[in-house]
Amino acid sequence: MKVLFCISNVPDTTTKVKFVNESKKLDVSGIQWVINPWDELALTRALELKDDAANGIQSVTVAHVGTVGAEPTIRKALAIGADDAIRVNTEADDAYTIAAQLAEAVRSEQFGIIMCGIESSDHNGSTVGGMLAEFLGCPSVTGVSSVKIEGGIPVIVREIDGGKEVLTVSAPFVAIVQKGIAKEPRIAAMRGIMMARTKPIKVIEPAACESLTEVVDYEMPKARAACKYVDAENAGKLIALLQNEAKVF
Amino acid sequence: MSVLVFLENWDGRFKKLSFELVSYASKVADMLYSPVIALSFGQVDASELEKLATYGASKVISVENDLLGTFDEQAFAGLIAGVAQNTDAKVLVLANNNAGKALAPRLSVRLKAGVASGVSKLPVSTEPFVVYKKVYSGKAFANILIKTDIKILTLAQNSFELVESPKPFVCEKSAAGPDGSLIKTQVKEVQIQSGKILLTDADIVVSGGRGMKSPENWAPLVELAGLLGAATACSRPVSDEGWRSHDEHTGQTGKIIAPNLYFAIGISGATQHLAGISSSKFIVAINTDKDAPIFEAAQYGIIGDALKVLPKLVEAVKEMKSK
Ligand SMILES: Cc1cc2nc3c(=O)[nH]c(=O)nc-3n(C[C@H](O)[C@H](O)[C@H](O)COP(=O)(O)OP(=O)(O)OC[C@H]3O[C@@H](n4cnc5c(N)ncnc54)[C@H](O)[C@@H]3O)c2cc1C
Ligand SMILES: Nc1ncnc2c1ncn2[C@@H]1O[C@H](COP(=O)(O)O)[C@@H](O)[C@H]1O
Repeated sequence: MKVLFCISNVPDTTTKVKFVNESKKLDVSGIQWVINPWDELALTRALELKDDAANGIQSVTVAHVGTVGAEPTIRKALAIGADDAIRVNTEADDAYTIAAQLAEAVRSEQFGIIMCGIESSDHNGSTVGGMLAEFLGCPSVTGVSSVKIEGGIPVIVREIDGGKEVLTVSAPFVAIVQKGIAKEPRIAAMRGIMMARTKPIKVIEPAACESLTEVVDYEMPKARAACKYVDAENAGKLIALLQNEAKVF
Repeated sequence: MSVLVFLENWDGRFKKLSFELVSYASKVADMLYSPVIALSFGQVDASELEKLATYGASKVISVENDLLGTFDEQAFAGLIAGVAQNTDAKVLVLANNNAGKALAPRLSVRLKAGVASGVSKLPVSTEPFVVYKKVYSGKAFANILIKTDIKILTLAQNSFELVESPKPFVCEKSAAGPDGSLIKTQVKEVQIQSGKILLTDADIVVSGGRGMKSPENWAPLVELAGLLGAATACSRPVSDEGWRSHDEHTGQTGKIIAPNLYFAIGISGATQHLAGISSSKFIVAINTDKDAPIFEAAQYGIIGDALKVLPKLVEAVKEMKSK
C-alpha cells in the first residue's frame, strides 16, 4: 500500500503576523516557513507505519499545492523521511482549488491511505482533507488520533464529541488527523538531509479550476482591555469581581 | 429558499451547541428573509425536536434510519446534500466540531458551495456574502467572500448567544436513509466519557500549567473547578509529562475552546497555548512572573504563587455559594 500525505506550508507558529496591501496580503518578510504541525505529525505516523514491514507500506509520498517557493518545506519532509514528492505548481488559492488540484494530481496514483491535517495554522480552514475525499469519491475519517494496520486492514480511532470510536475503513481513504496521531514530530537527521537533495519532486502544472471563496481583507484582533490586578493576599476578591463585574457566575 | 441547519444528537438529546446553531441559522435566515429548516439525524423524541422550534426553526426534518447508526462521512454528506437540494437551501449551517468539519467540505464539493469554517459572528453582509472568521489561530481575523450561490458555514462553539424566537412546531418525519453502497466505514467500538463536563462544552474552564510544579498539587485546582461546575484543562507540557490526561490539553495542538471564563494558572501564555483559548470571553491569569505574556491576554490577574492563591479562591467561592 502506498501512503500520501498532504502538507501546507505555513508561517512558524510563533510568527507575529502583519498585513500589507491595504490589509489584503500577509507581510511575508522575515517569515520562517514550516510544515503545518499536523502534517508533520501525519508524516511521522506514516513513517512509523512504514518502519514495520508487517504493515506492507511501500512508499510515503508528500504532496503540496504551491509555488516553487515552498520547495524548502517539501525538502524538509523528504529529509525527515518521505520517499518522493508531488508539487502542483500554482499559488495555493482557496481550499476548494487546492483540493481539486490535489485530486487531479493523485487520482491515477493509487494511494491506499491519504493523510491530511485537521487544519492549517494559517487559514484555519479544516476543509481541504474532506474536499479531497469527496473529489476522489472515497471515504474519509475526520478527527483521527490513531492509524494502525491489522491484517492488511486500516484500523482507525476517531475522536468524537465526548469520546472516541474505533473503526475500520476500506482503502483508499482520507485520514484527517489530529492530536494523538504521533507523539513528537520526527526530526531530520544529517543523512536524511543529504539524501533529500536527490529525492524526486514531480512538478505538475495545474488544471483549470475556479475558487469559491476569497479573502476580502484581514483585521487584527481588537486590543483587549488592560488586565485588572487583584492583590495576591486578598485573592478572594477576584471571585467577587467575576461575579459582580464580569457577571460570569 | 431556506437556511438549513444540520444537528447531531447525543443519546437522543440536543445540547447547548445545537441551540446555538439554530439561533444562529435563524438570524442568518432573517437577513435573507427566508425560513430555517432544521435537519436532525437519528432517533430524537418529539419533545426534544420541539425545542428547535423555540430557537426559530420553522420546520424540523427528523430522519430515522438504521443506516444512520454509523457516522459514515461520505454517506451522511450524500443524504444531507439531497435534503439541501430538496429544500432549496441557500445557506447550510453546521457545527465546527469534528462532525461538522467532516461534513462541510464534502457538502462543498457536492453542492459546489463555498465554505467558511469557524465563523463567530453573523455575516458582515449578504450581498455580497461576506463572513468574518478567525485566522492564524486567533492572531488575526479575515473577511471572507463566498462567491457561490449556496454557502456553507460552520459555527465556532460558544460564540453565539442562544436567542429564543418561537415558531409553530412543524415536524416532518422521514425514513429515507443514506446510500448504503457509500458506507465504507464500520464502527467496532465506541468509548464515551461519562460524568465529566466536556472541555469543549464547558462555560468555565480551570487550567493549570507547569507553574503548578507537580501533579500532586492539583487538588485545589480540581476543587475550584468542581465548585464552579467547570471543566479542568492544562498546558501541553503538563499533559506531555503525564501530570494530567491528554484530553485536557488546550492550545494549537490540543483542544480549541471558547468558554465564558478561562483560568490560566501557572501558564506562561505561549502563542501556541493562546491559539486554543484566545476566544474565551474572560481570561484570569495567576502567575508569579508579572511579565508573563498571559497577562496581556487576561482581563483579570493575580501576581502570586498559585499554590497559595488557589486555596483562597476555593474559600471565596464557597463563601459566595453559601450566600
Ligand atoms: C508546534 C508547537 C505546538 C505547541 N502546541 C501547544 C499547545 O497546543 N498547547 C500548549 O499549552 N503549548 C503548546 N506548545 C508549547 C508552548 O510553546 C509552551 O512551551 C507551553 O505552552 C508552556 O507551558 P506552560 O505555560 O505550562 O509552562 P512554562 O512556559 O514553563 O510556564 C510556566 C509558568 O508558570 C509560572 N509559575 C512558576 N511557578 C509558579 C507558581 N508557583 N505560581 C504561579 N505561577 C508560576 C511561570 O512564571 C511561567 O509563566 C507548542 C509548541 C510548539 C513548538
Ligand atoms: N496547499 C496545500 N497543499 C497540499 N495540502 C494542503 C494544502 N493546504 C492544506 N493542505 C492539507 O489540508 C489540511 C487542512 O488544511 P486546511 O483545510 O487549509 O485547514 C492540511 O493539514 C494539509 O494536510
